[in-house]
Amino acid sequence: MKTIILRTASDYLLPVLLIFSIFILLRGHYLPGGGFVGGLIASIAFVLHSFANGLSNTKALLRIHPGFLMPIGLMLAFLSAIAPILGFDLPFMTGIWMHEPISVLGTIGSALFFDMGVYLVVVGVTLTIIFTISESA
Amino acid sequence: MTQQLVIYPLLLQLFLSIILMFSWKKISWQRVISIVGGFVNIAVSIWLFSYIWENGTQTVQAGNWPAPFGITFVADTFSATLVLLTAISGLVVSSFSSASIVVARLKFGYFPIFHFLLLGLNGAFLTGDIFNLYVWFEIILISSFVLITLGGEKAQLEGAVKYFTLNILGSTIFLTAIAVLYGLTGSLNMADLSLKVALIENRGLVDITAVLFLIGFGIKAAVFPLYFWLPDSYHTPPSAVSAIFGGLLTKVGVYAMLRVFTLIFVADEFLINTILIIAFLTLITGGLGALVQNNLRKVFSYLIICHIGYMIAGLGLYTEVAIAGAIFYLIHDIVIKTNLFMISGLIYRIKGTNSIRSMGGLYADSPKISFLIAIALFSLVGIPPLSGFWPKISLLSASFSAENWWIVGGILFASFITLIIIAKIWANVFWKDKVELPKRLNFRYFHKLTTVKKSQMIGPIVFLTLVSLYIGFGAEQIQQVSSRVADELLNNQQYIDAVLNNNQNLN
Amino acid sequence: MEVVLAIIIGVLYAAGIYMILRRSLVKLILGIIILGNGANLLIFLLGRITKGSPPIIPGDSNVFLSAYADPVPQALILTAIVISFGLQSFAIILIKRAYQVVKTDDLDEMNEIDQDS
Repeated sequence: MKTIILRTASDYLLPVLLIFSIFILLRGHYLPGGGFVGGLIASIAFVLHSFANGLSNTKALLRIHPGFLMPIGLMLAFLSAIAPILGFDLPFMTGIWMHEPISVLGTIGSALFFDMGVYLVVVGVTLTIIFTISESA
Repeated sequence: MTQQLVIYPLLLQLFLSIILMFSWKKISWQRVISIVGGFVNIAVSIWLFSYIWENGTQTVQAGNWPAPFGITFVADTFSATLVLLTAISGLVVSSFSSASIVVARLKFGYFPIFHFLLLGLNGAFLTGDIFNLYVWFEIILISSFVLITLGGEKAQLEGAVKYFTLNILGSTIFLTAIAVLYGLTGSLNMADLSLKVALIENRGLVDITAVLFLIGFGIKAAVFPLYFWLPDSYHTPPSAVSAIFGGLLTKVGVYAMLRVFTLIFVADEFLINTILIIAFLTLITGGLGALVQNNLRKVFSYLIICHIGYMIAGLGLYTEVAIAGAIFYLIHDIVIKTNLFMISGLIYRIKGTNSIRSMGGLYADSPKISFLIAIALFSLVGIPPLSGFWPKISLLSASFSAENWWIVGGILFASFITLIIIAKIWANVFWKDKVELPKRLNFRYFHKLTTVKKSQMIGPIVFLTLVSLYIGFGAEQIQQVSSRVADELLNNQQYIDAVLNNNQNLN
Repeated sequence: MEVVLAIIIGVLYAAGIYMILRRSLVKLILGIIILGNGANLLIFLLGRITKGSPPIIPGDSNVFLSAYADPVPQALILTAIVISFGLQSFAIILIKRAYQVVKTDDLDEMNEIDQDS
């Protein structure tokens, strides 16, 4: 699969897809999108890169093992889920929202952090699965 | 803070798994975190249990969404008891596994996955939402897949394929049942479903849905004729893994049956007869299966199936005495089956084999350990006044008063056959003259282990034996708990009120 | 539409169970996947198919202005898809390992554990 067209294209596609995945992540609360879809798009970006440039290059690009993203994402989701218990004495996973919207991002609430956690977990899980399968193939 | 108490056992297990994932490579840290976390978990579970015992059923609405719309977590006495038992089994197994499983296996994430399994178990016991129950079942399932294949030996992989296929089939049937139920009622909250299912006029459709649930949970609980995956897979993984599987995984299926068939589908003639026939055949086939096996852990696997029959029979008789007996048996069974598989692991470490015929002379070699094992085996049979005796009395008296002689026969048959099996094990493993086995190279025999490891293996068995002695001698207290659970299950209005009337408090 | 979907679901269930009953491991996995898809479609169908807008209330209103599709079945299907994604990738790795160790694709030949003492 190491054609020059795909390799050149994937260099440009990787950042575009990553930015698109973050866009999908951020619009997710009221519109179609969210952490799961965003995470899938981000992992597709890396999978495409690995098809074009080889698995070892993608791993070098990632620096850390993708599996390490799983506990980080879980921790982020976990903290956003227990924040209402610790801070406000509300049932867990209750959405806590800032009153004033911020430009570009919109209103920030605990749901956004939960989604970011999901995003990281999905990227971690998907890349670990695909890397494992393609390594042992 | 106590308002959210219901959710704490869940959050604690999730937190532990995340922490354990962060220390993925550091096995010695993982051991310490897992055992300390187990103690904290017991403390939280006792807190939850005593709070529920004092104040009655508690609920938490996740995300603060009012009851029929959001996911509700409910802790009644039944859930709290099972969460406590999960905590006890979890602690002893994490201690036992840190001594008995080799590091080469532990480093593939044994402890994080183990705590995800406990998370799934706690979630299944505490949730009040039928689809959420499905999700917790899947968490249990996928964690158990990893645990059962960890190490990747040939026998394990063969067993795992069977385990995997039938359990996925069970989940799909469960999902189908949820789909039909949602189509009928438009609700997923179990308390709400209880009210809505009672109003449906097409009872035939309700019965079919109930049968779908029965098949789905029956595969998980390993009842006749859906149990064949269990004896083919439970003896393959390390005995610590078998201990948590044998103690708790099939019991989740039993829990789900007891919950669903008392709350959502209030039993009618057809359902009760189906459940009773299944219970009778499970008692007979499980017992006969155990009789012919030679592998110690396969014998125990068949005994799991046989004893599931008692609990299903208690559900099928559907009186307060019978359900109290089933709950008592459930409490006894979780403790004793976890203990049995750990004992089988201990015997394997001492002897280096699982074959009953080639063992012998254990009593002459180590009388203290043999005495300990004897107590556990006698509790299993139910020699009075040990723990297996009391629930059988309740079940027998319930089936006598229902004049259901088939079930009386099945219960007596299963008890006697258990006695025969235990006598056979005792005669072969403990009293028979020692058979000289070839020494296995590179095998970590029990006498080669360090004192710390030895105490980490013996300690859990001593602790669980003490717990089952307590269940036997303190039977009155356990009987109180099980009667109260039976009362709450049969008078489900209390549960429904606790879930649905919580809305007013929120607004 | 309902009739077509009902027939498709029936075919998917039948095909899935048929594939699970075959002896080949690969067909087993395919059967599980097809059966899972059938179950997902069943949730979709039984959640009532409505021609309506997505269940999102416009910002300047407090109630739904037009007929809307029930979001719960979609959420259930999404959850079930995510779960089966995890299970299936595990299954593929499992049969691959099993094939490497046992050296056979035939389920009937995977009976060694029954023979040991």
